[in-house]
Amino acid sequence: MDAFTTHTGVGVPLRRSNVDTDQIIPAVYLKRVTRTGFEDGLFAAWRGDEHFILNQEPFKAGSVLVAGPDFGTGSSREHAVWALMDYGFRVVVSSRFADIFRGNSGKQGLVAAQCSQSDVELLWKVLESEPGTPVTVDLTDKTVRAKDLVAPFEIDDYTRWRLLEGLDDIALTLRHEPEISAFEGNRQTWLPTTDPLPAV
Amino acid sequence: MSRTLAEKVWEAHVVRHGSGAEPDLLYIDLHLLHEVTSPQAFDGLRLAGRGLRRADLTIATEDHNVPTVDIDKPIADLVSRTQVETLRRNCAEFGVRLHPMGDFEQGIVHVVGPQLGLTQPGMTVVCGDSHTSTHGAFGALAFGIGTSEVEHVMATQTLPLRPFKTMAINVNGALGEGVTAKDIILAVIAKIGTGGGQGYVLEYRGDAIEALSMEARMTVCNMSIEAGARAGMIAPDDTTFDYIKGRPHAPSGADWDAAVEYWKTLRTDDDATFDAEVNLDAAELTPFVTWGTNPGQGLPLSANIPDPEKIADENERVAAEKALTYMGLEAGTPLRDIRVDTVFLGSCTNGRIEDLRAAADVIKGKHVASGVRMLVVPGSMRVRKQAEDEGLDKVFLDAGAEWRQAGCSMCLGMNPDQLAPGERSASTSNRNFEGRQGKGGRTHLVSPLVAAATAVRGTLSAPADLEN
Repeated sequence: MDAFTTHTGVGVPLRRSNVDTDQIIPAVYLKRVTRTGFEDGLFAAWRGDEHFILNQEPFKAGSVLVAGPDFGTGSSREHAVWALMDYGFRVVVSSRFADIFRGNSGKQGLVAAQCSQSDVELLWKVLESEPGTPVTVDLTDKTVRAKDLVAPFEIDDYTRWRLLEGLDDIALTLRHEPEISAFEGNRQTWLPTTDPLPAV
Repeated sequence: MSRTLAEKVWEAHVVRHGSGAEPDLLYIDLHLLHEVTSPQAFDGLRLAGRGLRRADLTIATEDHNVPTVDIDKPIADLVSRTQVETLRRNCAEFGVRLHPMGDFEQGIVHVVGPQLGLTQPGMTVVCGDSHTSTHGAFGALAFGIGTSEVEHVMATQTLPLRPFKTMAINVNGALGEGVTAKDIILAVIAKIGTGGGQGYVLEYRGDAIEALSMEARMTVCNMSIEAGARAGMIAPDDTTFDYIKGRPHAPSGADWDAAVEYWKTLRTDDDATFDAEVNLDAAELTPFVTWGTNPGQGLPLSANIPDPEKIADENERVAAEKALTYMGLEAGTPLRDIRVDTVFLGSCTNGRIEDLRAAADVIKGKHVASGVRMLVVPGSMRVRKQAEDEGLDKVFLDAGAEWRQAGCSMCLGMNPDQLAPGERSASTSNRNFEGRQGKGGRTHLVSPLVAAATAVRGTLSAPADLEN
């Protein structure tokens, strides 16, 4: 995972609440077995509408998505994060994220920046009145800045640290291998395994 | 110190406590795999030269992509076929037990785990699928994870996690005639909203929950994620133990006694406190249906489509306006007047034997309305076989419904079972998102009883409407 400190890019105002992961990427795009190339599935149903924000200049080149509350609800598909990142987004700003989506973002290096809804509304106003306004997201001081607006955002300290350092979760966990083995040695013997049962 | 059920299960699985901002490391007892969210995780293992730590705690099935007809033929959609074949290759390479299409134990992953007896009280269960919350019905801590976490569990059999908050959902009183577990959970979601459970584990409690069968409890826990909660749980009791006993992977002999003794401790202590509590009166519930494009947009079947103008919150008003436009519905229309094209009975929410029995009981001797198609899709091949042994297939076929093979089917637009643009369904599945059942499709979430009655009348209906 690439480290993230700050990012500046075109902000995209998405005035919708409850943007579920089926909207971010419909299931039909989930059949692939590869890890890249999901940008074509991003908001696929909405991109058929010429008025959709990502079909407008200068928002096409957006990299900071500013969305309504309850972003990323529904399915656990990490493809939603891959699609956003493959398209070019590095940050999503919302007043409330679904838990699984936020977790998936943290694993991939997409910053899920939780701002107050009033700051989201202010960002929308700036981005709509002056399309193409660059937005700067600073993970070191946890702020989103656009023009004169400085909006603080929340992100949990551990995820922030991993993002700043660009650290791989699995490698971090494997440092504790002896503790995992010790735990395994103490598990109840009656717990099930998936080993095939002898035919009756 | 007194603890809730969720806290007890959590603490029994902590490999190491994190310090400061660092999360706890939690051991995972059971990892369920399917074809959609696993290929990139297996690839990740290969790229890093890592093995799968506990293949003996891992099991896979094919469900999301599989067709529900002609399953003896190769999957026609080449991309779907590749994904299924990739799962087969990966399972063979890493030594994971797989139940492929056509196998007697194949089915939707959340139907397969419980029916094999692999899901047991007090366990931690994960899967790259948000409806993993289903398994919480056994008093397990079960939740959906993303593909990075799937890879993490494969490599380490653990997950770094921060403790969830706890929320009690107290449902007391007796359910009325024709009111089911599905109506309970749809009412809960309408009450607390799609974000109301974020950060929480929900524990469903109260005499209405205790009175539910094991399968009905799975229906309730299944849709916890639709309220934003990672997991839902119900304390195990005799209903739970009776369901597990004798299943292929259930403990037996002295192990059974030891397990039950432990399982009986898995209850929220009397003086434990939850971070939040919600109360629902079961006696006030009636059959519930959704009218919009998120599962929180639901109302009793007797209600009318709401008027967005009267919704005070701006975000909710805009969401309601967009939903009605997408759904092709007018404010003020009685829900009972809404005509459907398709009825879908199945999914990990309502694809179990009791769901099929309940619907068959309503539809027996009647016929699906003209112009309506009804798909009946058992959640697993074992459920299908059981239904056929009971003659339920014949009931559905005689009524003019289609009797299918097991899979996720029309719950999501990933396999051939889809709505056409503009088509409207009454569906026993779990999500009414835009395009969920096929591009442009319009979904009303309902219980199996409402699904069956709707199939007969052609408009959203409860079984009681058939008597008039």
